[in-house]
Amino acid sequence: MDITKLTATELSAAMKEGKTTALEAAEVMLARIEQQDEILNCYVTVDGEGALRQAKEVQEKIEAGELTGPLAGVPVAVKDNMCTEGLLTTCSSKILGNFVPTYTAEAVRQLKKAGAVILGKTNMDEFAMGSTTETSAYGVTRNPWNREHVPGGSSGGSAAAVAAGECFYALGSDTGGSIRQPASYCGVVGMKPTYGTVSRYGLIAYGSSLDQIGPLGKDVTDCAAVLQAISSHDTKDSTSVERQDLDFMSALKEDVQGMRIGIPNDYFGDGLDEEVKEAVLKAAKELEEKGAIVEHFDLSLVEYAIPTYYTIAAAEASSNLERFDGIKYGYRTEDYAGLHNMYKKSRSEGFGEEVKRRIMLGSFVLSSGYYDAYYLKALRVKALIKKAFDDAFEKYDVILGPVAPTTAPRLGASLSDPIKMYLGDIYTIAVNLAGLPAISLPCGIDKNGLPIGLQLIGDCFQEKKLIQTAYTYEKVRGSFGLEEQGQRTERPMQGNAGVEKVMGSSCMEQEGQRHE
Amino acid sequence: MANIISDETIEYVGILAKLELSDEEKEQAKSDMGRMLDYIDKLGELDTTGVEPMSHVFPVQNVFREDVVTNGDTREELLSNAPEQKDGMFMVPKTFDS
Repeated sequence: MDITKLTATELSAAMKEGKTTALEAAEVMLARIEQQDEILNCYVTVDGEGALRQAKEVQEKIEAGELTGPLAGVPVAVKDNMCTEGLLTTCSSKILGNFVPTYTAEAVRQLKKAGAVILGKTNMDEFAMGSTTETSAYGVTRNPWNREHVPGGSSGGSAAAVAAGECFYALGSDTGGSIRQPASYCGVVGMKPTYGTVSRYGLIAYGSSLDQIGPLGKDVTDCAAVLQAISSHDTKDSTSVERQDLDFMSALKEDVQGMRIGIPNDYFGDGLDEEVKEAVLKAAKELEEKGAIVEHFDLSLVEYAIPTYYTIAAAEASSNLERFDGIKYGYRTEDYAGLHNMYKKSRSEGFGEEVKRRIMLGSFVLSSGYYDAYYLKALRVKALIKKAFDDAFEKYDVILGPVAPTTAPRLGASLSDPIKMYLGDIYTIAVNLAGLPAISLPCGIDKNGLPIGLQLIGDCFQEKKLIQTAYTYEKVRGSFGLEEQGQRTERPMQGNAGVEKVMGSSCMEQEGQRHE
Repeated sequence: MANIISDETIEYVGILAKLELSDEEKEQAKSDMGRMLDYIDKLGELDTTGVEPMSHVFPVQNVFREDVVTNGDTREELLSNAPEQKDGMFMVPKTFDS
């Protein structure tokens, strides 16, 4: 049996039937990482020894009937901004280049309880600030669909690792789209839960009021299973919400009869790529054919979400990142004159350009004289944006739109113009401001052979409606992934399959060259 | 509408942010921040009179707990991450002259 073709939940089921073992799964993943990751660079740290040790322990517990959950024994990759006891956690920054946490993030602890085997830590934009995984201090991650393109960000390593089959699922974090956008660029499923659903304890903070951990997986079922495993009420996170119903897998039903779906006209204006638009609207059509009630409406305030976000996120980042001072952990400069000079030089040498840019902006908008005009103003607009969503959810169960205006850009094309890069977050960012849950799943492939993402947004605590809608769409759409894409290119059937074939073979050529 | 960031402002922000920038970086920061603020000024188009600033989407309150120690003694592990340590303490540069 080729276990790499299985989803996480299928793999765990196969283990329980004795068809494979946790050890075999970990070994297969480590071999694939060894084979591919030198080029893709999905991982900052691979914990081979630790993974094999965990796998043996987990396998014993599966055989003893102690671990029975849907993720038991499955290898996972964790974004490198979640603390893992005894395992390097860098946030893809030079300033944390040697940081070994003394405790494990609550979400990761919950996964381990469910029998996860942690393979290693994935690459990301430094401190999750970026949309391409190019601001990492440890090199760029390449998109497995086309290695000359970015995987998206900031959870680019996690998304690429799932797409490339270097893990069965991964954890990411989403502050302004950092799970959904890389999931979209890499053709996998990513979910950002309602704020407060997953504990942030042990997640290295960027924008605390916006950050939320969530799953990236091969399909909706896996994401539902992972979300169910990591959701918890945690007294160690004062913004953790006590939720009654966390049985997300019960929403895996193929049924959208009567589901009210709203399509915001404001998400289909200037800047949206024509192919992305077509693919997303086609998905809406397919849901309508399955019985959903689909309507177009005006959400309003969409163009204000990005300036609001960058004010709030930068303000919170400037405060959260003050702890990196070269004293308790992390990088300290070699030469300095006195305490304050040591702080300044350690931070200036330890942080990358984008991080410094946001700390500066955040310090400015929080400074006396500007606090009201910028920071409080942004918090007021945030209230208006939340109200716009509240109004929309009085009429609709789910809001449907694109994840990003385009498919994955080429490596090196985004960083030169920060504001242009920020504009790429236009459809994802408001979700974080309003604390809403949202899911991103593949809905097509563009002429360049790159995946297109569909975004479904729900009201607070309505993950189940999202999962049900996404699951139904996934059934209509059929299987999707780098493997399927490769297979389809061998027997072109319809539409733009010819183009797919060209792209598919060029990827194969690249692969061939690199293996020589 | 264009925001011009002065040398004094960038100097002051550098102090607040605890960052030391080279002259070249300062010029870049002035231009970047000016452009960002021009962009953020868009929020001025909205009338927010009477709108309460929303820091959290849910009505979160302070969470209290009993003042009891729940974690173990991890002093050695914690100190092992420090750039410099001495006698079970973090080492910092001399902070004042006697």
